Amino acid sequence: MLSYIIYKAILVVIVFSITLVAAMYSTYAERKIAGFLQDRLGPNRAGPFGILQPVADGVKMFMKEEMIPNVSNKFLFILGPSVAMFTSLMTGAVIPWGTSLTIAGHQYSLQVADVNIGILYLLGVTSVGVYGIMIGGWASNNKFALLGALRASSQMISYEVALGLSIIALIMTTGTLSIGEIAAQQHGWHWNILYQPLGFLIFIICAFAETNRAPFDLPECESELIGGYHTEYSSMKLGFYLFAEYTNMFISSAVIATLYFGGYNMPLLGRFVHDPNALVLLGTFFLFCKICFFIFLFMWVRWTLPRFRYDQLMNLGWKGLIPLAILNIAITGIVMWITGKIN
Amino acid sequence: MGVGSLILLILCGVAFCGLGIGISKLIAPSSKNSQKLEAYECGIPTEGGTWVQYNVGYYLFALIFLVFDVEIVFLFPWAVVLREVGMVAFVEVLIFVFILFLGLLYAWKKGALKWQ
Repeated sequence: MLSYIIYKAILVVIVFSITLVAAMYSTYAERKIAGFLQDRLGPNRAGPFGILQPVADGVKMFMKEEMIPNVSNKFLFILGPSVAMFTSLMTGAVIPWGTSLTIAGHQYSLQVADVNIGILYLLGVTSVGVYGIMIGGWASNNKFALLGALRASSQMISYEVALGLSIIALIMTTGTLSIGEIAAQQHGWHWNILYQPLGFLIFIICAFAETNRAPFDLPECESELIGGYHTEYSSMKLGFYLFAEYTNMFISSAVIATLYFGGYNMPLLGRFVHDPNALVLLGTFFLFCKICFFIFLFMWVRWTLPRFRYDQLMNLGWKGLIPLAILNIAITGIVMWITGKIN
Repeated sequence: MGVGSLILLILCGVAFCGLGIGISKLIAPSSKNSQKLEAYECGIPTEGGTWVQYNVGYYLFALIFLVFDVEIVFLFPWAVVLREVGMVAFVEVLIFVFILFLGLLYAWKKGALKWQ
C-alpha cells in the first residue's frame, strides 16, 4: 500500500513537471519556429542555440514589478490568472501517457487517474478555464480587458458546443468515456482518425479556438485591444496567462493524439521490440512524438494564417461547425447501423 | 484510487500558483505612485465609466449556447450505451437533435446569429 502511494506521488510529480517543462519549451519552440518560418534566427543568445531562453524568460517574469491597478478588484485580479494556470495544469491527469510498467511483478499504470468519465472531466476542467480569462478581464476594470474577456468567453463557449458534439460522435464509436480505454482500443492501425475524419477536423478547429491560438486569437488581438484580457497584467500574473496558453496547447495536442491518433499505440512496434517494459516506454516516446507534431502544427498555423474577423469567427462556429458536427453524428450512426455495430 | 492522485495533483497546482505569485511578490522591486496605478487607456486619463455598453450579440450567443450545452449533456450517456440500446434510440435522438436544430435555424433566420 505504501509503495502504491509513493508510486502515485512520484507519477503525479513527474506528470506535473513534464507538463511544465513542455509548456516552457513550447514558448522557446514557438519563437524558434517563428524565426524559421520568417527566415530569421530566433532566440540564440541564452545558452547554446538559445536553449536557456525559457529559463531567462521565467526569471524575468519573477523579477518584474508587480502592478495591480487601484481601480481593480484586487482579489479577483489575482484569482484570474491563477485559475487559468491551475485548470490548464489539472487536465494532464486523465491523459494515458502509456500502458503499465511491470516492475517486480507489480503493474504500474502511467496514467495519473484512470477515471471512467475522463472525457467529461476534461470538458469540465477546460470549461472552468474560461472563468480564468473572464475573471481577470472583468477585475482589471479596464475597457480593453473587459472587451477582450467578453470576446474570449463568447468565442470559447461557441466552440465548446461544436467540440462537445464532435466528441459525442467519437464516443458513439468507442462506447466509453474513459480515455485510458479509448487509447487501448486503438491498438495497431485502429486509430480513431480513420473512423472519424470529419469529427477530427471539427475537433482540431475547436481546439485551436479553445486555446485562443491564431487564427482564433481575437481575445488578445493587439491591433484592436492592446493586450485583450491581460492588458493590465504584469510580472508573474501575466506569465501565468501566457504559460497557461502554452500548457493548454500541450494538453490539447496530447488529447488530439490520444483520442484520434492512437495515443501511445504505434503499429508494427511489437514485431521489433519484445521486452514489455521497453515497449511501454517506446509507446510513451511515440506519444510524445505525436504531441510534438501537433504542437508544431499549432505554431505552423499561427504563422501562416491571418486572424479571423469576429463575425467570421461566429459564423464559422455557429453556421459551419455546429451543423457539420450534428451531420457527423447522423453519419456516424448510419454507418454504424450499416456495418452492423448497432442493431 | 484515481481520486487520491487527483487531490495530490490539485495540491501541486495550488502550490505552484501560490508559490509563483508569492515569490514574485517577494523578490520583485516595487515603487508605487498614483499615476502608475491608473487603468491603462492609451496613456491618457480614462474617459467615462469602464462598464461600457457592449454588443447584445454576446448575450444572444450565450442563450443559444445554454440550449446546446444541455443537449450535449443529454447526448453523452446516450452515446456511451448506443450499442446496447440500438437503432430505435438512435432515431429518437435524431428527432431530438433535429428539433433543437430547428431552433438554431429559427435563431439564424431571425438574425440572432448575425454579428453586427
